[in-house]
Amino acid sequence: MNNSGYERIARAFDHGKAFIPFITGGDPSLEVTRQLLIAMEQAGADLIEIGLPFSDPIAEGEVIQEATYRALTAGCTTDKLFDLVKEARKDVKIPMVFLTYLNSVFSYGKEAFLKRCVGCGIDGLIVPDLPFEEKGELLDVCKEYGVAIISLIAPTSKERIRAIAKEAEGFIYVVSSLGVTGVRSEITTNVEEMTDMVRQVTDVPCAIGFGISRPEQAVQMAGVSDGAIVGSAIVRIIGEQGEKCVPAVAEYVKQMKDAIR
Amino acid sequence: MENGKFGVFGGQYVPETLMTAVHEVEAAYEKYKADPQFQAELDDLMKNYAGRPSLLYYAEKMTKDLGGAKIYLKREDLNHTGSHKINNVLGQVLLAKKMGKTRVIAETGAGQHGVATATAAALMNMECEIFMGKEDTDRQALNVFRMELLGAKVHPVTSGTMTLKDAVNETMREWSRRVDDTLYVLGSVMGPHPFPMMVRDFQKVIGKEIKEQLMGLEGRLPDAVLACVGGGSNAMGAFYEFIPETSVKLIGCEAAGLGVDTEKHAATIAKGSTGIFHGMKSLFCQNKDGQITPVYSLSAGLDYPGIGPEHANLAKTGRASYVPVTDEEAVAAFEYLSRTEGIIPALESAHAVAHARKIGPDMAKDQILVINLSGRGDKDVAAIARYRGVELYE
Repeated sequence: MNNSGYERIARAFDHGKAFIPFITGGDPSLEVTRQLLIAMEQAGADLIEIGLPFSDPIAEGEVIQEATYRALTAGCTTDKLFDLVKEARKDVKIPMVFLTYLNSVFSYGKEAFLKRCVGCGIDGLIVPDLPFEEKGELLDVCKEYGVAIISLIAPTSKERIRAIAKEAEGFIYVVSSLGVTGVRSEITTNVEEMTDMVRQVTDVPCAIGFGISRPEQAVQMAGVSDGAIVGSAIVRIIGEQGEKCVPAVAEYVKQMKDAIR
Repeated sequence: MENGKFGVFGGQYVPETLMTAVHEVEAAYEKYKADPQFQAELDDLMKNYAGRPSLLYYAEKMTKDLGGAKIYLKREDLNHTGSHKINNVLGQVLLAKKMGKTRVIAETGAGQHGVATATAAALMNMECEIFMGKEDTDRQALNVFRMELLGAKVHPVTSGTMTLKDAVNETMREWSRRVDDTLYVLGSVMGPHPFPMMVRDFQKVIGKEIKEQLMGLEGRLPDAVLACVGGGSNAMGAFYEFIPETSVKLIGCEAAGLGVDTEKHAATIAKGSTGIFHGMKSLFCQNKDGQITPVYSLSAGLDYPGIGPEHANLAKTGRASYVPVTDEEAVAAFEYLSRTEGIIPALESAHAVAHARKIGPDMAKDQILVINLSGRGDKDVAAIARYRGVELYE
């Protein structure tokens, strides 16, 4: 068994609170995605989530839905994104994970998909439509290739949290709010209650995502966990600035990492 | 059935935020399924509100005209709200009420399920919101107004292809925003467990009645049961009772649109492949990257890129067969049944009528073919007029 994926992800939490940016692969183009990966690492990102565009992303709000549409319209495919990640891996040392809907993995062939993950330097998978009960769908093949399946817990998880956390690997993605991804003016869930429950059963780090856009929100969320995940706020910058977005995204990442560091 | 699976199909592939809600529905359904009080209330609604049992009508003129099997029509078009959809929504909205929910949400394509849900919500004092692709709200403006008349709020969905699949996406998103007081009343035998099983159970009254009625009329089982399939709820309802009766052929009729050799079809079983989407493992129209591909049918109710998991399993095991029927064949059957029997069928149901016209003549005169006439065709009259070049708008 190859353990590189888990180990790399664990190291992302070695430099204070982790800042985890999300971008949609291929938005607005594969070349800009490559530049963003490099720039975000230099700006202080500890781990990067790359969205593999899927036609029907049911856990995403409008901002990421639109990014998905832009990426697919620009011609992004699973193979092209793998090639791009492989190319970017020459420069990028921090862990990278895919956020992918299950059908993208399934249609590619699970074995073939995981093989390419390892070959291209993808360390983990976040699969929003793969709940705990269906994890068996990917578990064996992910173990075989040493790629972590990142578990999610949500405000509705309640007594499920312990069971999920017990089997978690890499890090735990704590969903801060009900609903889909997107910027929120305030986060009302008692997230600390969730992270406390996790910590009763595991040492696997927790990072909080959904709704975070401002440094003070990130500070608050990282304060009760091991890191903050930001997607829509970054994808919105990319959507507004298109090909020229790299400096603005890098500046944003730096500001957020500095705030929580 | 283990963990909501039908063979390899089915399952519960939804985001973690929805898992507790899905389990809650599962537990509530298991409880009330066995509750005589719930069943008595549902039976009363089915009988005194929906108008069940629906007729099993001997289509004598059609039988003579085709010159083969005796043709019977199961008249789901005569139910309140004009289709089989009412069977399922009465069950689910009653369940929602028992669960203490105060709000129901639903997707709709052409608007039949939306209208049925809005109807049941009005009857049972529930708040109701319907999600409908923008393209469909434009095409079916009358149904939008009908739902509003019934007190529902209709949200036009502008994401993706702005049709039924996007309406399902958006309803799932909405459910994950507000789960505590809300039940997602899914319109077909699809989505995560327990929906495929529960919707089938609420629809299986169709096949049960067919069996009893035909026993009374003919003293025997039918030789074949035909039904159209989009998501597959009317077909599952008509087939289920007959699955153990292996002498009864079960035939689902898919929308082939402009033809299965074109890109303009919605023939999931003929052209789709296994995938995981909308909470279930089943068959879907998709490209090699697993992107769900746009589908097409003149009939909005069949315009869906997937099919319920139990159908996928019936197809795989060979217990049911599935055949494609084109727009042109369906429209011809729509006109044929109108003129021959004085019954205007839903364009969806006309797909099954079309296939009966193909196989009926080759069957023996003592054989019996039952067509599930899942809905009435008033809603389609303007679309058929336009298809035939008559500029008619509602």
